[in-house]
Amino acid sequence: MRTPPATIQSSPLVALRNVGKTFPNGIRALAGLDLDVRPGEFLALLGPSGCGKSTALRIIAGLSEPSEGAVEWPRAAAAAESESRIGFVFQEPTLMPWTNVFNNVLLPLKLKSEPAGKAAARVKAALDRVGLQSFDRAYPRELSGGMRMRVSIARALVTEPQLLLMDEPFAALDEITRFKLNDDLLQMWQALRTTVIFVTHSVFESVYLANRVVVMAARPGRVFSELSVDAPYPRNQDFRTSPAYAASCRRASAALAQAMAAGGEP
Amino acid sequence: MNARGSVGEHRERALRIALPVAVLALGLAVWELVVRSEGIPPYVLPAPDLVLRTLFADWTLLSHSLLVTLITTVEGFLLAAVGGIGLAVLFNQSRLVEYSLYPYAVILQVTPIVAVAPLLLIYLPQQAAVLACAWIVAFFPVLANTTLGLNSVDRNLADLFALHGASRGQVLWHLKLPSALPYMLGGLRIAGGLSLIGAVVAEIAAGSAGAGSGLAYRIAESGYRLNIPRMFAALLLLSLAGIVIFYLLSVISHLALRRWHESALDGEH
Repeated sequence: MRTPPATIQSSPLVALRNVGKTFPNGIRALAGLDLDVRPGEFLALLGPSGCGKSTALRIIAGLSEPSEGAVEWPRAAAAAESESRIGFVFQEPTLMPWTNVFNNVLLPLKLKSEPAGKAAARVKAALDRVGLQSFDRAYPRELSGGMRMRVSIARALVTEPQLLLMDEPFAALDEITRFKLNDDLLQMWQALRTTVIFVTHSVFESVYLANRVVVMAARPGRVFSELSVDAPYPRNQDFRTSPAYAASCRRASAALAQAMAAGGEP
Repeated sequence: MNARGSVGEHRERALRIALPVAVLALGLAVWELVVRSEGIPPYVLPAPDLVLRTLFADWTLLSHSLLVTLITTVEGFLLAAVGGIGLAVLFNQSRLVEYSLYPYAVILQVTPIVAVAPLLLIYLPQQAAVLACAWIVAFFPVLANTTLGLNSVDRNLADLFALHGASRGQVLWHLKLPSALPYMLGGLRIAGGLSLIGAVVAEIAAGSAGAGSGLAYRIAESGYRLNIPRMFAALLLLSLAGIVIFYLLSVISHLALRRWHESALDGEH
């Protein structure tokens, strides 16, 4: 019997099954972590520092091997292919300071030896997307913090990844810049229909961006609870000041407080 | 405020040039005055004007010697650059090679070159021995600094390269070597001065053997002949050569790094 299309639709893009991670120094960063990431969703991982959010992200990206459990890609033909379809945005912009914006965004394509002409067009499109089309010849140090982060996002999106992993990307930015980047990120997510996993320790940021917030507890890191944010997209300044937003933030805050109480003492 | 800042900057820059020049002029004047008033004979201490006159009078001889020493220095420097960077890359790519060879690089560095030079002169033809000395003294800072640079790669950038499946060659060429460039240039700047020192040490050591014609050989030879003004003139040329080498390498380093590295930025940015 053939699997009904509805089941295919709802099978996760990537799934963590009972994933644990113990570092060589004996610290248990994650234990028994189960997480299904649905295609197309904007998932926020919310938790206190030290709850293993970043570790989970690195395991999904294949940058770190789980000590226990497995990462499954049910929809991808091969794991190798899926890994090449991941974009990663670090806490810091992490640009190559010795070369200009164009070459920084070009990097993922260059490493895959994509033909120069085709690659240049894709870099241009990626820079257009983040509003930096006229800065392609600038060097990273000539840009503001927010612009550097935009370059970093353009680089993560230039390969048009199925899955975009973001590790507290806006934590170091001022609030005005952060709000602007939040809005731009949502627009890009809707335009590209990619899946996003966004790690943050900000309740307000997680609720504003995500349609599902997974709250993690620490020591060891695990999923504590999750809540969905049903407000429709596009979300904007009106949503930020709406009662629905405030209510969701209250729920997320309460969940986070419980998770922190359950996490034990550092 | 901006105008005041730039005026202050101009004054600062003028002072940085004017003050050392004033110190030089003062020192030369005192030297000249003491030699003349005390009637010190030139074979004990020649006055500055005599040193300058000797420099012009002996220019044919001294310029030839300068050229010989400079060629040795440049050759030693180039070999040190290629050897230092090459070894650093090799060590970085293969731990086994690093473990096998690194101790000997350190031994070469810590053994005083003045003591090694006479031995080299026994086993190598003189020109090769002089070059070997210049290389031994100069390659280590390039090796040590480049190694440090290759190991100072931003961890997140390294992760990014891994995420996109970069090959070893791609990581080396697009990530490690550019990251190491500021360190490498720092090492080369030290190596420039050191290869001059290595060349001079070997020439002095070879001096008694007699076949050389570099500036240091000229100094040793003039010493035997009590031609003290020529010793000073040759010393002056050596010192100028060292300054020019250092300045040239600083300019190259600045040009290579000015758009991105902290060390090459003005206060403004």
